[in-house]
Amino acid sequence: MLKVLKPGFFTTIQDVGRFGYRDKGVPVSGAMDMRALSKANLLLENPVDAAVFEITMTGPTLLFEAPTFICLTGAVISATLNNEPIENYKVYAVDKGDILSYGRLESGFRAYLAVKDGFRSKKILGSSSLYYPLTTKKCLTEKDEIEYNAIAAFDPKISELKIDAYIDERQLTVSKGPEFDLLDDKQLKRLFSKEFTIAKENNRMAYQLKEYLSEHAASMLTSATLPGTVQLTPAGRLIILMKDGQTTGGYPRVLQLSENAITILAQKRAGNSIRFKLV
Amino acid sequence: MKRFPINIKPFGEQAILIEWPNIVSEAVLSDILSFKNQLKEHLSQGFELIPAYNSLTLISNRQVDFEVLHGQLKSWYEISDGIQPAENFLWKLPVCYDLEFGIDLEEVSSQLQMTVAELIEQHTAHEYTVFGIGFLPGFMYLGGLPDTLETRRKAEPRLHVDKGSVGLAGKQTGIYPQDSPGGWNIIGNCPIPIFNVEAKTPCFVSVGDKIRFQAISKAKYDLHKIEGEVGIYQPEKIVLDA
Repeated sequence: MLKVLKPGFFTTIQDVGRFGYRDKGVPVSGAMDMRALSKANLLLENPVDAAVFEITMTGPTLLFEAPTFICLTGAVISATLNNEPIENYKVYAVDKGDILSYGRLESGFRAYLAVKDGFRSKKILGSSSLYYPLTTKKCLTEKDEIEYNAIAAFDPKISELKIDAYIDERQLTVSKGPEFDLLDDKQLKRLFSKEFTIAKENNRMAYQLKEYLSEHAASMLTSATLPGTVQLTPAGRLIILMKDGQTTGGYPRVLQLSENAITILAQKRAGNSIRFKLV
Repeated sequence: MKRFPINIKPFGEQAILIEWPNIVSEAVLSDILSFKNQLKEHLSQGFELIPAYNSLTLISNRQVDFEVLHGQLKSWYEISDGIQPAENFLWKLPVCYDLEFGIDLEEVSSQLQMTVAELIEQHTAHEYTVFGIGFLPGFMYLGGLPDTLETRRKAEPRLHVDKGSVGLAGKQTGIYPQDSPGGWNIIGNCPIPIFNVEAKTPCFVSVGDKIRFQAISKAKYDLHKIEGEVGIYQPEKIVLDA
């Protein structure tokens, strides 16, 4: 068991996501930063869909009640194991009674914690990803206990990965969305010539941008949306849907983020800047 | 079966969008659903197919080659050698229109210049078509509301609308599948969960189905609520002719 002594700002359980129910309105969910999830599972030689913790902004304090091996990836939140600093993208052995805690947010916004074999949390519709109210909780709270396999010996093939610098990247690669042609010259110029700021309205459902484009009066019939879909509201606000985002929408879908751009955006917080690059 | 001009567009690295003419139409919807049925035989299991109003979105679990898939989709649509109707149902859903649930009933009926009884009679007299499911798990976009029941949205959305609330707004009517904020006028409550993760089929409704509401008493509501929660209530369904 892993005991949650303090939950942190927003610590949730995520895997690769929940597939096959989008036609019933169920978002795909899953890790916001899929690159960090897959690197953590790779280093621990876990199945690709093993469940991990996604830790946003401030970290939890966690007590391990059985031995295992852990790997941290994504944002850097000054993690310590029994008060000794530990690094991202490295495999560490932990023992019964060890305490993992976090300090200051150094870079990025979402950190990941994986254990050997993944967390054994309940799967709902094929996924461990928390998404309320499909799952009874949306994030971990104090005194929660999460199961994992006790593992005393593991000899990783790769014990450390070089960290790539995507966390500080600001450029989001996008392709044209289905309603891209609605954009006029003025809107296009603004979209691709200057940076945008992440608004305070940002979470697992969507990231809004602070700067507006000009207003528009285009209307469309409700149609499917994806993680990474950039919607343009009639007032000119840009909303980038993320992993818990709604599966359909009625706002024009002007751009679509690449899978890589979604991982970059997942590491941004209010006040950060981004720019779009059309491919 | 009537075939329409379709437009196939790339939608990111893993999805493709097929659009039919930009109209709300039963004929368009049934063409979309029959093509969706046809695609289930052509495509691997790695695809999710999302129909809504005038579009069908194919989402893959990996990168798709737009040019290749575009060509295949076009030829499959063109050479389709007959009707592949989707099986759809008419669901009769119980709704309690007591003022306890229908908190906007009196206001809305005066806006529509009819009595509460007339409003309930009209709301239950029509069949509504499910043109899409989205926004929230199990939220149905229903078409077919008579003009006489068109209302303004609430000026200020409520921060909390109860799960099961049946609402009216503009040309739409529908059921809130979970507690959520909302700006629709609330006229009743349906005790049957439209989305239930514990059920074998978590969402019994599919796009293309029809819904008819049936007025029930508070006593029946309480009974169905319990039956719904433990999963023993089976809503009445009728197979629709394709």
